[in-house]
Amino acid sequence: MTDAEARAQHAGHAHQFEDMEQQQEADFLGIWLFLVTEIMFFGGLFAAYAIYRWLYFAAFDGGSHILDIKLGAVNTMVLLGSSLTMALSVRSAQVGNRRALVGFLIATMILGGVFLGIKAYEYDQKFVEHVVPSLDWAPEGATLARLAPGGLDHAQIYFFFYFAMTGLHAIHMVIGMGLLLWLVLRARKDEFTAHYFAPVEVVGLYWHFVDIVWIFLFPLLYLIGGRY
Amino acid sequence: MPHPIVPQKTYVMVFLGLIGLTILTTGVAFIDLGPLNTVAALAIAFSKMLLVILFFMGVRSSSGLVRVVLIAGFFWLALLIAFTMSDYRTRSWTPTPDSWSTSAPPTHP
Amino acid sequence: MSTATLEPRVRAQKNYLNADYGWKSWLFTLDHKRIALLYMVSVTFFFVIGGSFAVLMRIHLVEPQGALVQPETYNKLFTLHGVVMIFFFLIPSIPAVLGNFLVPLMVGARDLAFPKLNLLSWYIYIVGGLFTLYSAIAGGVDTGWTFYTPYSSTYSNTQVTAVAIGVFITGFSSILTGLNFIVTIHKMRAPGMTWFRMPLFLWAMYATSIIMVLGTPVLAITIFLLALEHLFHVGIFSPALGGDPLLFQHLFWFYSHPAVYIMILPAMGVESEIIACFARKKIFGYKIVAFSSVAIAVLGFLVWGHHMFVTGQSVYAGLIFSLLSFLVAIPSAIKVFNWTATLYKGSISYEAPMLYALGFIGLFTMGGLTGLFLASLATDVHLNGTYFIVAHFHYIMVGGAVMGYLGGIHFWWPKISGRKYPNAWAALAAVIIFVGFNLTFFPQFILGYLGMPRRYAFYPAEFQVLNVMSSAGATVLGVGYLIPLIYLIWSMRYGPVAEPNPWGATGLEWKTASPPPTENFAEIPVVTEEAYAYAPEEAAGD
Repeated sequence: MTDAEARAQHAGHAHQFEDMEQQQEADFLGIWLFLVTEIMFFGGLFAAYAIYRWLYFAAFDGGSHILDIKLGAVNTMVLLGSSLTMALSVRSAQVGNRRALVGFLIATMILGGVFLGIKAYEYDQKFVEHVVPSLDWAPEGATLARLAPGGLDHAQIYFFFYFAMTGLHAIHMVIGMGLLLWLVLRARKDEFTAHYFAPVEVVGLYWHFVDIVWIFLFPLLYLIGGRY
Repeated sequence: MPHPIVPQKTYVMVFLGLIGLTILTTGVAFIDLGPLNTVAALAIAFSKMLLVILFFMGVRSSSGLVRVVLIAGFFWLALLIAFTMSDYRTRSWTPTPDSWSTSAPPTHP
Repeated sequence: MSTATLEPRVRAQKNYLNADYGWKSWLFTLDHKRIALLYMVSVTFFFVIGGSFAVLMRIHLVEPQGALVQPETYNKLFTLHGVVMIFFFLIPSIPAVLGNFLVPLMVGARDLAFPKLNLLSWYIYIVGGLFTLYSAIAGGVDTGWTFYTPYSSTYSNTQVTAVAIGVFITGFSSILTGLNFIVTIHKMRAPGMTWFRMPLFLWAMYATSIIMVLGTPVLAITIFLLALEHLFHVGIFSPALGGDPLLFQHLFWFYSHPAVYIMILPAMGVESEIIACFARKKIFGYKIVAFSSVAIAVLGFLVWGHHMFVTGQSVYAGLIFSLLSFLVAIPSAIKVFNWTATLYKGSISYEAPMLYALGFIGLFTMGGLTGLFLASLATDVHLNGTYFIVAHFHYIMVGGAVMGYLGGIHFWWPKISGRKYPNAWAALAAVIIFVGFNLTFFPQFILGYLGMPRRYAFYPAEFQVLNVMSSAGATVLGVGYLIPLIYLIWSMRYGPVAEPNPWGATGLEWKTASPPPTENFAEIPVVTEEAYAYAPEEAAGD
């Protein structure tokens, strides 16, 4: 075996565990429990969103039409692509292919970066259209015509949810990018082998979860009411 | 974790399925289905989520404990939304009683 | 007592306390036992802070027009009393002190699953506490610990954002602790320790951890939204802009009701351990008690609307919440029946831990039963917002949870410190606390029934006698709390050295030295007997 593989095999398990298998089972149960806390964390926002969407559907409908559905769809596909590369990077670790592992991790980071870039552009557009609650709320022209029927105050609530939900999601993406960078650095130092790649899987689970949040954010924010 | 190694092709197929569902949900948004628009959007989103969970996150070959943990998380979120929503939905079922109106005088000594 | 009380035997024996010296060995420790002590010092500190606010309030309330502070200051006192006591004392107390210390020992492991996360959780707790202390020093908060909107989000000009950040941050400490316990209990039980051979304290910690993991994140997002609203005035909770204040309450209470079960379930776990040991009998109906812990955790999530009966919530939702609130009382009552049945024909001895445990049964029962009056829609209309509620939750939180914490500290003190405390003083303190507690809070049931509102800085003159009685009781209670602080610290230097199992109790933690070595066990034990295998004819205590 290579030096790296020998190192990894001798690294051993943490002292509180009996063996590596117990440690890995504990690690995975731990990350899944953490993801459940994230479900409840985002879930509180989704619950509040659900209530206000039901109360002020017209305002949410109008607000949704201000968003750029094409950008939203493209961004969704970009993020789904990053989930693919993430899954492939875990698989590469599983078969001991270090170059593919690093390559797919970097691809995931690039796609994540593209997503965030498009998001930043969308946020900037909101300032251009003056639909940023509290900071720059002065819709005019066609935008105003879209929002007025549902009530401008209620439309502000919609945009608050737009920024809060996508903003919280973006923060999680940035944290994910940091984790991916950490993995790339470790992978390049040969710290992962076909027998030890748990950190890659754990970060992968986190990344897929963040993707799933977006899978719901896209229809809930961009596709309300249809564009007929 | 002793996961079986999933062929690359499977992951790519799942990805293509996800893309297809994204195009579908975007397309459906341009058709007027009334309240069914929301239902369709959520159903498609759930399907996409299931694909990611089962294939990308490996839950298809995960232990029962992980599945229970995951289901519990979603179930609890459902409780939060359902119970909270039930308050809003049923507020209008009870009209304000006459005796609370300020114009009518009290009827008991 | 001369310094020769430190026997050579103890000096030579390496344990987790003398394994390493210096502040770095404590502040960077990964040993769950040391982290438990870090928490013990911190929660005691916050208990003193929160208790000081209470003392000021009770002094103020001896006069109908208020004897001490301005009404605005009074509002800040009850707010910070609540915030500090709930988030920085009650919620962490038993889980982070006794749980951290005992869970690995009780399952037969060398540490928790994630020791670094454990240390991180303490640091997170401290940072959150510092933000809260800052908010108190920088002017205080006057919204009530419940932060109801739109006052907290729009109108109050007190340190809402600072305290919100403090509570938000501390929530993650809770989440990490719960996560650690769940994984440890699932994956690190010693060979032979099946689920139904675990001590009931572990079942209680498991159920508590489920609540911590599922509920705390919702508080976090709610506080986050509150802070955003306070900073940006968008209107999601403000009626003036189309928001609904009740939505805040739904989201807030979705966590904060289960939070009260985070506070009481661990005390119930302690209760089972103490009762079994000092009655020399296995707990009656072990499986039922175990399942009732989980039932409380689950049902506890379904009742939060009972805090909102008079807010304008739908009557139909109120009906459902009322029914479920009655249901959640059942598993709690089952535990009380089972503890009582354990005592029946037991060989009972009355050391300090048992005095706390017996007090717990009575006081928790009273607190729980009065909760039923509040769960009933019609009576709640009369009692909501009065001192009846204050008395109800203090009977459970102080008469229940705090007594449970103190009982647990006294029960496991020999294990934690390697020393014994003087039982006469401990028993005296327990009795003083019991008397002081009832004198403080029983009059409040009467005051509430008679209509005295809570969170008011003044009251009608006819309520003065009961208020003075309550304040006198608070003084007695305060004295009662000071006494253990003194003799427990005294015992660490001058107390008689403790043997591994001074109470003759069952459980893996008693099979290792007092205090335990850093690695807990020389060899991981193999469990062959059921929990609470007390011999029927065994003599009481040692």
